[in-house]
Amino acid sequence: MQYTVNEKGYYGKFGGAYIPEMLYPNVEELERRYLEIMGSKSFQQAFHQLLKDYVGRPSPLYFAKRLSEKYQTQIYLKREDLNHTGAHKINNTIGQILLAKHLGKQRIIAETGAGQHGVATATVCALMGMPCIIYMGKVDIERQKPNVERMKLLGAEVRPALSGSQTLKDATNEAIRDWINHPTDTHYIIGSVVGPHPYPDMVARFQSVISEEMKRQLQEEIGRDYPDYLIACVGGGSNAAGAFYHYLDNPKVQLIAVEAGGKGVASGKSAATSILGKEGIIHGSMTLLMQTEDGQIVEPYSISAGLDYPGVGPIHAHLFDTKRAIFHAITDDEAMQAGVLLSRTEGIIPAIETAHAFAYLEKFTPQPEEVVVINLSGRGDKDLATYIQWQAEKATH
Amino acid sequence: MNRLDTLFQEKKANILNIYFTAGYPQLQDTTTLLTLLEETGVDIVEIGMPFSDPLADGETIQGSSQKALENGMTLSVLFEQLRDVRQKISIPIILMGYLNPVLQYGMEAFCKQCKAVGVDAVILPDMPLAVYETMYAPLFQQYGLANIFLITPQTSEKRIRTIDKLSKGFIYMVSSASTTGAKEGFGEEQEAYFQRIQAMNLQNPCLIGFGIANQASFLKACQYAAGAIIGSAFIKAIGQEAPLEEAVKQFVAQVRPQSQLTS
Repeated sequence: MQYTVNEKGYYGKFGGAYIPEMLYPNVEELERRYLEIMGSKSFQQAFHQLLKDYVGRPSPLYFAKRLSEKYQTQIYLKREDLNHTGAHKINNTIGQILLAKHLGKQRIIAETGAGQHGVATATVCALMGMPCIIYMGKVDIERQKPNVERMKLLGAEVRPALSGSQTLKDATNEAIRDWINHPTDTHYIIGSVVGPHPYPDMVARFQSVISEEMKRQLQEEIGRDYPDYLIACVGGGSNAAGAFYHYLDNPKVQLIAVEAGGKGVASGKSAATSILGKEGIIHGSMTLLMQTEDGQIVEPYSISAGLDYPGVGPIHAHLFDTKRAIFHAITDDEAMQAGVLLSRTEGIIPAIETAHAFAYLEKFTPQPEEVVVINLSGRGDKDLATYIQWQAEKATH
Repeated sequence: MNRLDTLFQEKKANILNIYFTAGYPQLQDTTTLLTLLEETGVDIVEIGMPFSDPLADGETIQGSSQKALENGMTLSVLFEQLRDVRQKISIPIILMGYLNPVLQYGMEAFCKQCKAVGVDAVILPDMPLAVYETMYAPLFQQYGLANIFLITPQTSEKRIRTIDKLSKGFIYMVSSASTTGAKEGFGEEQEAYFQRIQAMNLQNPCLIGFGIANQASFLKACQYAAGAIIGSAFIKAIGQEAPLEEAVKQFVAQVRPQSQLTS
């Protein structure tokens, strides 16, 4: 079974490039050149230099002693939260901005939901001195004020997406429309393993530095280069794709993808795409997506703004379809409890997205000698207000 | 014979194709609009199948699509509305929309319904050429449907030749790198592109769309192609307070010069 993309841009039956003709030249140029550019010596050198000196890689693989004692197993945390800008997102934006420069592009656009990818994009644009326009749903702009201010401070222009439900999917639509209107000078930095081929593969490759390091670090730490269980949260799925990448073909590793169950999978307020979704097309990709019977895209819900995407990267649709990974939905409350637990057990406040992955520790019982790695994809500073509000609500109920 | 082929055989120039979104402004306006458009001398109608996330469209058609969905428009409702349409309407009808709702309806069921109600062609801008060729071309043929492809100023000559070979009916020439309704009128760059395509002597006729909003831009398009397609400007016109009949008549009269009607 092949889990990475095939030569036609598909993961099994998922993926492809379902785009209007207006986007064809942009996507075709990327598709024709991304592997050659990414494989070149000068690109690799610049990419790894920046990851080291600017992002602060390699990110540590940390043995979580107290958490391991609590769950009676061996738990390691891959510390993507320690990256510059506070999450794994920057691995991808560093890669894509270098690619954009190789392609001779002069203008950068991106979409953002919670603002993490927007900040990571604004950061690399400042670093490279390139103009940067971030599309963000009007609703998200109102609920993620600090990140909006960060992007502006970094010199980016934040444009509100006023169409549809005014959230991440609409910000993505607006970014794509911008790209249609600027076909030659602009590069679109997509923030996850979504969108038309080659984006899902390109972003997965940039994020694969996570599992590349993990292999080396586990080898040093435990004498073998793989864990028994590897857990990551999935919205679009870029941190999970990066964490799983070098283990896709190792059947000894049980991959676990944790989705946002919101108020419960059956509640109508959820973002558990693999369970609730049906095959269809969103943002140029054939994948699983939440939609009505008539094929209209449904607005998902999660307490975490980074997980409420109605689709999922085609690689994950394929991992779900082939049962290579276990998919599990965690509710808002379970995630928040896990976030508080990690804060108090290890002194690490995780992003609420990431807290979903930790909640899975309650759902299975690994053996005491087995090794569990959790991809700690981001830190929770941005989520303080949500944590405080959630605790206040719990106290009054 | 497909009504589109008949039309292009009989009429080589000044073809006016008008787009509207099914279910807008009101759910039940579909057949009224079709009748009015035929009466006012429009040559082809394109009915938009509304989608929640129309990537290639600007705010006007996004807005009409959203309203249409709120009004309750679905593919099943649309086919029901079109059931007896061929008893009154004889001009070619095209359905335009995005692939996802069609896939959920089922491609074969969709093609079958199109034939049953008398739809002549389909435009699905996000259906890749390769997917059409390998998966759906036989179905379209079986049900006598033309699949209309788009070309843009950025489409390479080689790709245009391929599209020309695969096309039936006409080729939809997108006037500039833009979403629908984003720009109005044409500059020198666009005229150069129109001339370039004209000089290619394609086997299919071309209709120019995107950016055509009035008589000046319609006539300009007619200089270089068999005719033109108007969408956003028409949607704006029928979204006003005026009664539908008045709005349609006034709009078409403004776009099409009187001389073309009498000739």
